[in-house]
Amino acid sequence: MYDVAIIGAGIIGSNIARELSKYNLRIILLEKENDVANGTTKANSAIVHAGYDAKPGTLKGKLNALGNRMYENLCKELEVPFKRIGSLVIAFNEEEMKIIKDLYEKGKINGVPDMEILNKEKLQHLEPNLNDDVVGGLYAPTGGIVGPFELAIALAENAVDNGVELQINSEVKDIQKLEEGYQLFTEKGEIKAKYVINAAGLFADSIHNMVSPPTFEIIPNRGQYNLLDKNSGKHVNTVIFQCPTSYGKGVVVLPTVHGNLLVGPSAEAVDRKDALESSMEGLSFIKEKAQKTVESIRFNDVITSFAGLRAKTSSGDFIIEESKEAKGFINVAAIDSPGLSSAPAIAEYVVNLLKGIAGEFEKNINFNPKRRPVVHFIELPDEEKAKLIEKDPRYGRIICRCENITEGEIVDIIKRNAGATTVDGVKRRARPGSGRCQGGFCSPRVMEILARELNVDITEIVKDGKNSYILTGSTKKTKVQLQEA
Amino acid sequence: MLDYDVVVIGGGPAGLAAAIEAKKNGIDHILVIERERELGGILQQCIHNGFGLHVFKEELTGPEYAERFIIELRELGIEYKLDTMVLNITKDKDLTAINAIDGLMYIRAKAIILSMGCRERTRGAINIPGSRSAGIFTAGTAQRFVNMEGYMVGKKVVILGSGDIGLIMARRMTLEGAEVIAVVELMPYSGGLTRNIVQCLDDFNIPLLLSHTVIDIKGKDRLEGITIAKTAENRKPIVGTERYIECDTLLLSVGLIPENELSKGAEVELNEVTGGPVVNESMETSIGGIFACGNVVHVHDLVDWVTEESRRAGKSAAKYVKNQLSSGCVGLNTKPERGIRYIVPQRVRLNNVEDTLNLYMRVDNIYHNTNIVVKADGKLIKKIKKIHLTPGEMETVTLPIHDLKEQQIREITVEIQKEGGINYGN
Amino acid sequence: METKEMVCIVCPLGCKLQIEVISEAEEKYKVEGNKCSRGEVYGINELINPTRVLTSTIKIKNSHLSRLPVKTCGTVSKHLIGECMKEIDAVEIEAPVKAGDIIIENIVDTGVDIVASRSM
Repeated sequence: MYDVAIIGAGIIGSNIARELSKYNLRIILLEKENDVANGTTKANSAIVHAGYDAKPGTLKGKLNALGNRMYENLCKELEVPFKRIGSLVIAFNEEEMKIIKDLYEKGKINGVPDMEILNKEKLQHLEPNLNDDVVGGLYAPTGGIVGPFELAIALAENAVDNGVELQINSEVKDIQKLEEGYQLFTEKGEIKAKYVINAAGLFADSIHNMVSPPTFEIIPNRGQYNLLDKNSGKHVNTVIFQCPTSYGKGVVVLPTVHGNLLVGPSAEAVDRKDALESSMEGLSFIKEKAQKTVESIRFNDVITSFAGLRAKTSSGDFIIEESKEAKGFINVAAIDSPGLSSAPAIAEYVVNLLKGIAGEFEKNINFNPKRRPVVHFIELPDEEKAKLIEKDPRYGRIICRCENITEGEIVDIIKRNAGATTVDGVKRRARPGSGRCQGGFCSPRVMEILARELNVDITEIVKDGKNSYILTGSTKKTKVQLQEA
Repeated sequence: MLDYDVVVIGGGPAGLAAAIEAKKNGIDHILVIERERELGGILQQCIHNGFGLHVFKEELTGPEYAERFIIELRELGIEYKLDTMVLNITKDKDLTAINAIDGLMYIRAKAIILSMGCRERTRGAINIPGSRSAGIFTAGTAQRFVNMEGYMVGKKVVILGSGDIGLIMARRMTLEGAEVIAVVELMPYSGGLTRNIVQCLDDFNIPLLLSHTVIDIKGKDRLEGITIAKTAENRKPIVGTERYIECDTLLLSVGLIPENELSKGAEVELNEVTGGPVVNESMETSIGGIFACGNVVHVHDLVDWVTEESRRAGKSAAKYVKNQLSSGCVGLNTKPERGIRYIVPQRVRLNNVEDTLNLYMRVDNIYHNTNIVVKADGKLIKKIKKIHLTPGEMETVTLPIHDLKEQQIREITVEIQKEGGINYGN
Repeated sequence: METKEMVCIVCPLGCKLQIEVISEAEEKYKVEGNKCSRGEVYGINELINPTRVLTSTIKIKNSHLSRLPVKTCGTVSKHLIGECMKEIDAVEIEAPVKAGDIIIENIVDTGVDIVASRSM
């Protein structure tokens, strides 16, 4: 019997798992996909919001600014890229300046520090490429950017380092209440746990409905993005929002932690929880909106587009509570924006909630908040590069020539706890294939390394999802039936 | 610190020819740096024939063409390092490179030859919407899998882009048992050679859909199908012409981009149109002693022209090392005008040109019955009648330099002048 | 009378040829649409006996790659390409190989050999 089963290894589930690994508990982290961080966590704006948007008094209002404050330390512990570059909300007329003032007031109540309302001149000083028709805006220096899947992966890895069991490819098909605790029926077998934490993202409602009559519904809402080449990465310095509307925070222009430029998202109601495709309309929409902020964005520099789904619910706030119908079953649901920003605070909040139900837990005195050091070869000083290659020649072999990623780094991220097993899994952890050639040159090499390290045939290596096979077999196998022209 | 006279970055057709020519012109201390595990570059995966008609007067396959140069390089005793990546170069011609055997190397060169080639445009770059399924490959990546690694990338294939790589892959995939449903081309004409359309598509009844493009991609994990549509003259899809095609593979042959990340680090001036360094008659970039040749400068149609250009770069680098290249002399600029996309070289120092000056260029559309008109400082100096011009083929204009020198010409312009109307091909 | 249409590939011009069979027995044909005499020769050859150089790969062991590029050392009838591929696909060789080495002699009785197009 596990003490806690966490369903879903996204940013929320992984964060909770790691937080709980600070105690002597038997914990299992279940993920239906073949990798952690493979749902909403892998496709979002990657922003750590300052916290002025949320309605004061709501969970979002409480947890956003709090989570934001925790980011520095968390990302330092886990060696995850995080930059507090500040965020702006810009206004194009006096009407919008009222919204800016309103945001400022909300921010004060939510505990957002150091905000400032800027006039046009100051705004343009901060962001010289802003369009000239801006009139002013709100500056929040605590706004930041993070590698969202890097963080979730690091949290999962560190949780496993500290004793959490991670089981991927384990979709929960059914849950039954026991005398004490729950029995979970997964693709990989049955699991018993005293407490269940439902962090199943888009599917949190279905999971909850296994133990309770429906009390909430998760409504998928799609956001589409364009990612631009590093050539464009310095085009803006901060996270730039337009004034929020009833549709949400609108299209943002921001640099990423890796120096690319990110533009998006759209906000579209979709009827499927796997509607992850981008559309011509969506991409033109974000382009048009982004150009309203910064006309001069070079859309020729786009290297990829992607879409993510927000897990929204009608109430508009996070749902973090024990199920009324199922004792010891905690929902952590409807974590849409600012979910990423709030994640560290949500994890703490959930642990306290669980302590309230189960009583105080014994501390894990062996808890180590750090992962094995992560090597970013190309960022090392030359002497260290030389030393590293001498120690391990695989660091002397560049596999991804756009991002300069070595074989050593790729092998390392495959070998880690919660390590990569797919081409995109490697890409999310070490970045080969995320550059301008998008894996054209390196994907055959990455597949070769994956096959070798995982000791499987190269044809078994998938791109991302379980059935996303890349190769269909060997040549020289088909009996050719050529049509005569 | 390692010292060399000439360091060649890239051991594909351009780098090989340049290194060999530098050696033949009296330079002994040469290093070729190749990032792949063998020399020959992209030619090693181009197993089809059609290479070498101009250089060797016979038809060779890609690997055969490469092997001739590799053998010569070895016979000449030119040093090379494989599986080695140049991390950066400076304008003072210092390089940092790494490999697994030598570790981190500092290399100082008297001259550098950039021959890094090009990369393929990707799905992201052309922003095709839809799912991010597996089964979407650039044609070159698929070619590597099929021809070198021996793996199939799919069973039911659509190819977007009718450049030569796309056409060649249509035949290759068919011969290995895949069904190629169609080749889809955005433009009203193909960018590939007629020979390839006949022998790679017509021979196997593969339809070529001109003025069509892919507008949507379906498939949660692996590609399940694509939607294509006809395109209007502005290349935008026409509503109502959408058609869904079931397939598990989409190959993209949608253009090549010179790889100039290293050049940028050395502050080499790049040309907006070619995507490659601005070069002069000696294939020297804006930084003295840094030369460039092959697809890193502009994307070539035939490897034979790459060889020709790279020999010039190699010879010039040798001259530079021996202090025989005039740098201070007055020069002229070349300028593409109506109908011409670009001209290489962009700058010419006549003192370094022996007898004739060759200008290489690409046209921006298909033209029938036109003239290529060359003017020197506005005055007509040459008119070449052309029955057929296509963007897929590089055009060469040869000028005797004697007159240009005499008249102290400052600018040569080239344009297309019609002789009885501009038509689209076919 | 039978007329066949094809595109000439002798030069980049790509003339559209119409070839009329006047008498098959006497090998009499009339070619139209060609702008030069080479087009006529091409058209007739392509009609009576279209031939192609076939390039492909062969399974190879003990090399750094698993496929050896090969080609027909001369042209083979277009209609025999499928047959040739069957034979090519069935062969497996061992490195080392030199460019030009004969891998399959007289493939499908065409009198043409399959040769290695690189050393491995």
